Amino acid sequence: MSVLTHAPATTDWVTICPQERLEPEIGLAALLPDGHQVALFSTRDHHLYALDNLDPHTGAAVLARGIVGDRDGEPTVASPMLKHVFSLRTGQSLDDPHTRLATWPVRVHDHNIQIGTNPTTHASTRAEQGTP
Amino acid sequence: MEELVVIGNGMVGHRLVEALRDRDTAGHWHITVVGEEPRTAYDRVALSTYFDGATAQDLSLGELRGPRVDVHVAEQATTIDRAARTVTTTSGRVLPYDRLVLATGSTPFVPPVPGHDLPGCHVYRTIEDLDAITASASGARTGVVIGGGLLGLEAANALRLLGLQAHVVELAPHLMPAQIDEGAGALLRNLITDLGVHVHTHTASTAVEPGPDGRAARLLLDNGDHLDTDLVVFSVGIRPRDDLARTSDLKTGERGGIVIDDTCTTSDAHIHAIGEAAHHRGTVYGLIAPGNAMAEVVADRLVGGNATFTGADTSTKLKLLGVDVASFGDAHGRTPGALDVVVNDAASGRYAKLVLSDDATTLLGGVLVGDASAYATLRPLVGSPLPGDPLALITPDGEALGADALPDTAQICSCNAVTKGDITHAIECGSHDVAELKSCTKAGTSCGSCVPMLKQILTQAGITQSKALCEHFTQSRAELLEIVRATGTTTFSALIDAHGTGHGCDICKPAVASILASLGGGHILDGETATLQDTNDRYLANLQRNGTYSVVPRIPGGEITPDKLIVIGEVARDFDLYTKITGGQRIDLFGARLEQLPTIWQRLVEAGFESGHAYGKSLRTVKSCVGTTWCRYGVQDSVGLAIRLEERYRGLRSPHKLKSAVSGCARECAEARGKDFGIIATDTGWNLYVGGNGGFTPRHAQLLAADLDEDTLIRYIDRFLMFYIRTADRLQRTAPWIESLDGGLDHLREVVVNDSLGIAHELETAMARHVDTYTDEWAAVLNDPDKLARFVSFANAPTTPDPTISFTTTRDQPVPGPLNLGMPTPRTHQQESTR
Ligand code: SRM
Ligand SMILES: Cc1cc2nc3c(=O)[nH]c(=O)nc-3n(C[C@H](O)[C@H](O)[C@H](O)COP(=O)(O)OP(=O)(O)OC[C@H]3O[C@@H](n4cnc5c(N)ncnc54)[C@H](O)[C@@H]3O)c2cc1C
Ligand code: SF4
Ligand code: FES
Repeated sequence: MSVLTHAPATTDWVTICPQERLEPEIGLAALLPDGHQVALFSTRDHHLYALDNLDPHTGAAVLARGIVGDRDGEPTVASPMLKHVFSLRTGQSLDDPHTRLATWPVRVHDHNIQIGTNPTTHASTRAEQGTP
Repeated sequence: MEELVVIGNGMVGHRLVEALRDRDTAGHWHITVVGEEPRTAYDRVALSTYFDGATAQDLSLGELRGPRVDVHVAEQATTIDRAARTVTTTSGRVLPYDRLVLATGSTPFVPPVPGHDLPGCHVYRTIEDLDAITASASGARTGVVIGGGLLGLEAANALRLLGLQAHVVELAPHLMPAQIDEGAGALLRNLITDLGVHVHTHTASTAVEPGPDGRAARLLLDNGDHLDTDLVVFSVGIRPRDDLARTSDLKTGERGGIVIDDTCTTSDAHIHAIGEAAHHRGTVYGLIAPGNAMAEVVADRLVGGNATFTGADTSTKLKLLGVDVASFGDAHGRTPGALDVVVNDAASGRYAKLVLSDDATTLLGGVLVGDASAYATLRPLVGSPLPGDPLALITPDGEALGADALPDTAQICSCNAVTKGDITHAIECGSHDVAELKSCTKAGTSCGSCVPMLKQILTQAGITQSKALCEHFTQSRAELLEIVRATGTTTFSALIDAHGTGHGCDICKPAVASILASLGGGHILDGETATLQDTNDRYLANLQRNGTYSVVPRIPGGEITPDKLIVIGEVARDFDLYTKITGGQRIDLFGARLEQLPTIWQRLVEAGFESGHAYGKSLRTVKSCVGTTWCRYGVQDSVGLAIRLEERYRGLRSPHKLKSAVSGCARECAEARGKDFGIIATDTGWNLYVGGNGGFTPRHAQLLAADLDEDTLIRYIDRFLMFYIRTADRLQRTAPWIESLDGGLDHLREVVVNDSLGIAHELETAMARHVDTYTDEWAAVLNDPDKLARFVSFANAPTTPDPTISFTTTRDQPVPGPLNLGMPTPRTHQQESTR
């Protein structure tokens, strides 16, 4: 299983569940100590992804229940609410250039899935939203 | 930059701004539009679809946004100062112009009969008019339309759709006098009378009389008769809105209309007039095509071109109350020496007339009633030599003409003046489907009657049109089903590896899940199949706006014991669920959190309930009336049959949801004709109706077979449903599916009743397999720890409630608390299913 490595150097890791709990393409929600809700996915080719569980278009915390797939090769999840599609890698909405979800570092450690407590892309999200 | 002011934001004014925006690449013009209606331009031609489910939003022609365009709605232009070159509006705005365009359209003419302005008297022109008619029609029974022209008949159909008994009163000896001749009018009258509309021709209305409440109640006729009615719609013609032109001394026509020359310029060189307000060479056109042509001419001239308008085709084709009517060219045979060729077949309800030049070689025009399929090929041939024997062109078994018979100059889309040459050119430049042709040439974007022709031309150009399900599969749903059936594939990954590309998406995955399930693929949450399901199926419940779910236990036929009712009540009380009786004769419990679903269902399953599949593209309910058990009119046991059907087809996965109902007599209390398959009792058996639905585009089911005994009925339904499951498109309900079959309902009847394809046995066997292998999906989940493990709020806190979910209390029940992010907007304009 490959592991994302671009976590900030000072990342704290929270253990979520045993590795085998996360079935391919069936998302799970996780609750971080700071109250953030994260949607956790493993794809069929064994990549792990973690992004906001909150659907930005409706405010419901449901993204983990969406269908996983790809659009033009980009791994995606479709929100179950109104079917907006997001990149699993970057959190970018593929239907609305102005919307991007935060993503978190995620890894397998000692057969457990762990999420880094600092989002990977929060800073760049804000910056990108600022430019029209 | 120069200033252009456009008065009127109707269809033609809108087209002008679009056309100018496209051409004015140099940014020479700043455009200000003033429109008096409370909304921006909409598709008036399709206005009647408003009664068929279309919303004002669906009708809208789109925003005229842009840096150099200002649109002011709900504002009327009141004066033009030609010397100062300004326009003043009702809000006090004074708009200077270099050029002014009058696109003010027309108003319906209301004859000054006494009582014409009583409440309950209407016209039929704007969305507001339609809202007013709808309001008058509520609680009403009868409506009269005065005027039997094109619009009058549309209005009569609208009244029918509103559930009224409709009458049409027409002064002329036959219907649609402006478009069709007497023979066609007589046939049209028969066809329309058959549909239940009362037609009174050769009759004048002399007065509208009020009832005790002061509303229109009775229409007096010149033959001494009267009609009692709840509302009146005037549709006797239109008058160009030339009032502004008159008060500013522009030249107007004797019978109205702002006079324009071939450049669409009025008597003031700075002012143009276009659309229904304009009077060109003695004619005021009441159709969209000439108006659009004028708009294009003005747009061209504003950027320095020299286009001209020299007249237009007034051909029309319409489908009125389900009856095809078309007239084109010199339909009345007014050309000196013109010859007629007529086929008048009252028995089959067809009338066709061709008007030919005196030497019978050139087509001048024609009229078609009952079957207008030849219109698309005949109209473009007007003015050209006939390609064959004229009689053969209009007899049912005659030679059908294809697009290849047409010259390049033939007009394919008359609404938008697009020729066959324009279309073949667009195809050569890379437009490879109807949607692309529409956006590139505008052909097919107005009345739509030329779309079949566009498809033909595409096919002739050697282009096969895509039926691809999505970017991952080039096949259609029906083709994928055949592949799965033939190869015995049981998983999505095997299917996409062998026959698709990529990893799939939210379109192909649920579609394949449905295919696998309807071919008997085991539990829908088994193994990889779980990953294919839309969220409702994945958690066997319906997702709500705040992320909670609703729970709908099956209540077959709507029949339930008091004990079971009590269990539902107790579960709802214990889990604090909002409770509502649904439109499907059962009970819906709302507000369950994901992690609560298993415990709720544990209680329900123990009490003998099973899944109601409210979440699935599958059988929902079989509604029923009480029938012979209680009702003094009942002739058969409708409850018994409804329960038998619901238990037979429960859990059957299909391209879209399936609904059914059984009524115990012709009074139809169960609304069976609003269902995909509906059954109505007769004295000797059951009538089977198919293809009904409510929803976005309501349809009444049509009779498939009559007076069946129960076993034959069930055999036919088995065949009907399996044939639908095998051949329909994704998210295509039965009504559009039947329409899409070559041969429509008649073909379906051949297949289901007469087994014309020889597949009846196979379809019945497939259904028998479904019936034999059915198990309750919820009971199966409760017995499977792996599946149960997915019903948790958080992987690391399985029973902690989602903190974003909150409830408030309304009418003593819990409802979702306020959302934090405003109103949701769905992903695409294209109509997508919500579950
Ligand atoms: C609960 C209910 C309304 C009610 O309180 O009465 C309802 C509620 C929903 N309807 Fe409905 N419909 C309900 C009866 C109807 C009816 C009336 C009927 O069946 O007699 C219709 C029109 C008849 C028809 O379907 O032909 C109806 C036409 C629709 C449509 C439009 C379908 C169409 O072909 O245009 C949708 C959207 C869709 O399915 O794509 C829809 C979708 C929905 C969804 C599933 C929307 C969603 O995904 O959230 C709603 C979910 C309810 C839930 O969470 O349980 N609902 N819906 C009714 C459930 C009946 C039942 O017991 O199963
Ligand atoms: C029910 C119905 C069905 C039809 N079916 C067909 C069909 O099948 N085929 C076909 O070819 N045609 C059909 N027509 C006719 C077609 O809709 C018209 O030809 C077309 O809309 C004319 O466009 P227009 O812009 O000239 O007028 P309109 O669309 O009427 O637009 C004029 C606009 O100008 C506004 N206006 C007027 N005066 C002022 C002012 N002083 N200040 C500000 N705003 C003003 C009006 O409120 C209106 O919004 C149908 C019409 C109706 C009502
Ligand atoms: S449909 Fe007929 S049998 Fe059924 S309840 Fe109505 S009147 Fe009675
Ligand atoms: S002919 Fe009306 S849209 Fe083409």
